[in-house]
Amino acid sequence: MPSRRGVAAINPVAKLAASLLIAVTLALSVDAASALTALALEIVLLPWAGLRWGAFWRRTAPVWIAAPLAGLTVALYGRASGQVYLDWLVVHVTDGSLRLAVVTSVRVLAIALPAVVLFATVDATELADGLAQLLRLPARFVLGALAALRLVGLMRDDWSALELARRARGVADRGRLRHLAGLAFALFVLSIRRGSALATAMEARGFGGDLPRTWARPSPFGAREVLLIVVGAGLAATAVVVAVATGQWVLIGH
Amino acid sequence: MRARGWGWRHSGRLAWALHDIDLTVDAGERVLLLGASGSGKSTLLAALAGVLGGDDEGDDAGTLMVGGRDPRAARGAAGLVLQDPESQVIMSRIGDDVAFGCENLGVPREQLWMRVREALDLVGLRLPLEHPTEALSGGQKQRLALAGALAMRPGLLLLDEPTANIDPDGVREVRDAVASVLAGTGSTAVIVEHRVEAWLDVVDRIVVLGADGGIVADGDPRSVLAVQGAALAAAGVWVPGHEPRIARRPGPAERPMLLTGEALTLARVPGHPLAATVTHPLNPTVSAGQALALTGPNGSGKTTLALTLGGLLAPAAGEVRASEALTAGVGPHPIRWRSRDLVSRIGSVFQSPEHQFLAPTVREELELGPRTLKLPSADVSSQTDELLARLGLEALAGANPFTLSGGQKRRLSVGAVLATRPRVLVLDEPTFAQDALTWAALVGLLERLRSEGAAVVAATHDRLLVEAMGANEFDLAVPA
Repeated sequence: MPSRRGVAAINPVAKLAASLLIAVTLALSVDAASALTALALEIVLLPWAGLRWGAFWRRTAPVWIAAPLAGLTVALYGRASGQVYLDWLVVHVTDGSLRLAVVTSVRVLAIALPAVVLFATVDATELADGLAQLLRLPARFVLGALAALRLVGLMRDDWSALELARRARGVADRGRLRHLAGLAFALFVLSIRRGSALATAMEARGFGGDLPRTWARPSPFGAREVLLIVVGAGLAATAVVVAVATGQWVLIGH
Repeated sequence: MRARGWGWRHSGRLAWALHDIDLTVDAGERVLLLGASGSGKSTLLAALAGVLGGDDEGDDAGTLMVGGRDPRAARGAAGLVLQDPESQVIMSRIGDDVAFGCENLGVPREQLWMRVREALDLVGLRLPLEHPTEALSGGQKQRLALAGALAMRPGLLLLDEPTANIDPDGVREVRDAVASVLAGTGSTAVIVEHRVEAWLDVVDRIVVLGADGGIVADGDPRSVLAVQGAALAAAGVWVPGHEPRIARRPGPAERPMLLTGEALTLARVPGHPLAATVTHPLNPTVSAGQALALTGPNGSGKTTLALTLGGLLAPAAGEVRASEALTAGVGPHPIRWRSRDLVSRIGSVFQSPEHQFLAPTVREELELGPRTLKLPSADVSSQTDELLARLGLEALAGANPFTLSGGQKRRLSVGAVLATRPRVLVLDEPTFAQDALTWAALVGLLERLRSEGAAVVAATHDRLLVEAMGANEFDLAVPA
C-alpha cells in the first residue's frame, strides 16, 4: 500500500458517507442560510482536505463552471416575484429569480465541493475493497466494475487508432455524424472484445468460482473514518440549525 | 492431465475444433504443443484451464481430467497465461494484480502477500508492489501474468503463445522467466508456441496435433523434430533448419521515386498513444519496386514514421511529399488528401488488424475499398474472388472478420488494403506473431507486389523479412 496521510488515507466508504450526508441534507431545502453556512464551514475545513491548491482548482474546475450556469438558468427561468428586470417569452428575470439564482449557485457549490474534494484522493481499488468488504456489495459486481474501469483508458487509445484506421481504409470522408457513428460502433465492438478477453483472463485466475473469496487488502474502518462522518454530519446539522433558527428552512415541495 | 478420445466443437460450427485427443501428461513434464494454425491448440489449453465455457458455448466428447478432476470444477488447478499482454492485466498495481488469483482461491491474507512476493521474484519482476501495471512493457506484462498464475500454485502451468505479441527482446525475457520458474518449481507445463527454437531447451517433450484431429507425433523434442520437422514446417510451425524460403523476383525496369520525407521530425501527438518522438531529422525515400524496412528498437518511432509516410499523421516538422508518379492529379501532400484519394495511392496496414475491420463479412471487407472508389461491381466481384484465392480465404468469404484466426486476420487486413491497388504499401509489423505458413504467404505476396512495381514499406523487427525481400534498411536508431 502506498503510505498516505491525512484525508487521503481515510477509507473511501467514509468519504462516500460524509459527502452523501451533506448532499442529501442540503438538497432538502432551498434557503440561503443553510447553503451559505455549509459553504462557509467547508471553506474553513478545506486546508485539512489534503489537496494542493493546484490540484484543488483543477479538480473543482467543473464545479466552478457548473454552479454559475445553474444559477443563470434559475435567474432566467426561475419562479418570478418582485421587481421585473427583463421579460421576454419564457424568460423572466425578477428580484425573486435573481435571489434564487445566487442561492442555487451557492447550494451547488456547497454540495459538489466536498464530494469532489473528498473523492480527489480516492483510489478506485480502495473504493472497491471498501464497497465489497464493508458494505458487502457482491464481489463479482464490484471487481468486474473495477476491471472495466481500467479498460476505459484503453478505449481512448483505441479511439485514436480507429480514427487513423478509418482514414487509411478510405471511409473518413463521409459526413461528420456518420463518421462519428461508425467510429463509436467500431469502438463498441472492440470494447466488447476486450471485455470478454479480460473476463477470460479473470476466470482463468479463478474469478467467479464457488470458493469463498479472501481480500488481499484490508479495508480499515476506525476512528479516522468515524471522525470524518461526524464532521460531515456536524456540518450538515449546523447548516440546518442555522436555517431553522433564522426561520428560512423550508422543506422542498412545501 | 489426461485426455481420452476428447473433442470439442464450438457452438454454431459444423466441424470439430478438436477430436480424438488421447494424451497423458505426467507431473513434472514440460510439453511443447505444436500443430498447424487452426488445429485447436488454444482450445485444448482453454479446456485444461476450465475456461472453455459450458454447454451453451459448445459440445464436448470423451473425457478430459486435470489432477483427476473435470477442469471446469477445478478452476485454479491449472494456471493459464494467454497471448495478449494487454488483456491479462486486471488490477492497476502489480502487487494487487498478482494477488487477484490468490484472493479468488481464498488464500488467507497472511500467506497471500508472501506468495505474491515469491511469484514476482520467480519471474524476475523486482519492482515495488505498488508499481502501476500500465507502466510495464509487453514482456513485463507477460511476466506479470505468469506471476499471477504462479501465485495460485497451480499443479499445471498452461502457456498459450506467451511470446506471440511481444518484440524479440521481450521473447527472450519471457522465455528465460518461464525456464527459471520451471527449474525453480518443478511444475508441469504445457506450452503452445509456433517458434520452436526459443523453447527447445525449456521443454522435454513435443506433442503435435494433427490438422485433421488426433495426435500425429509425440516424443522427445529432437527426435520429433528430426522425423516431423519438414511436415511441421509445412504446417506452419517455425522449425529450426526449415525456415520458409521466398523466391526473389526481379524488380520492375522503371523505379520512379514515389514518396520522400524531407527533414521529418516526429512528435508524440496528444491522444495518439501510437506516436513516439524522434528529434533527429529523417529523410526516407520510397521508390517503386523497392522494399524499405523501418527498423530500430521499441519506441524508436518506427510506427510513427510508418503512419507519417502513410499520410495519416502529420510530422512535427518537415514534410512528406508525393511525386507526380503517385499523386496523379491530387496535391503533393498525402496528409491533405481525402481519405478516398489516399486508399488508391497509399495503403496502410496497422499492427492490430482488428482496428481496420469495417465490414460484417470477409468478402465485404475486401469489397469495401473498391466500392468506396465506385468501381463497376462486376469488376469488384471478380477482383474479390481473385483476392480471396490469393489470400487463401475462399472458404471463409462469409465469415465475420473478427472470428478469424490471427494469421487469417493478418492476411485479410493486407488484402483489404491491396483491393484498391495502392502503389505504396505501408505495413506495421506485418509478420508479427505469424506462423511460418502465413509468413511465407504474406512475404510471397509482398514480394510479388514489389516486383510488379509497388513500393513496400514495413516497420519491422523481423530480420528474416528484411533479408527475404532484399529490403533497404532505414534504421531509426542511427541519426543519419
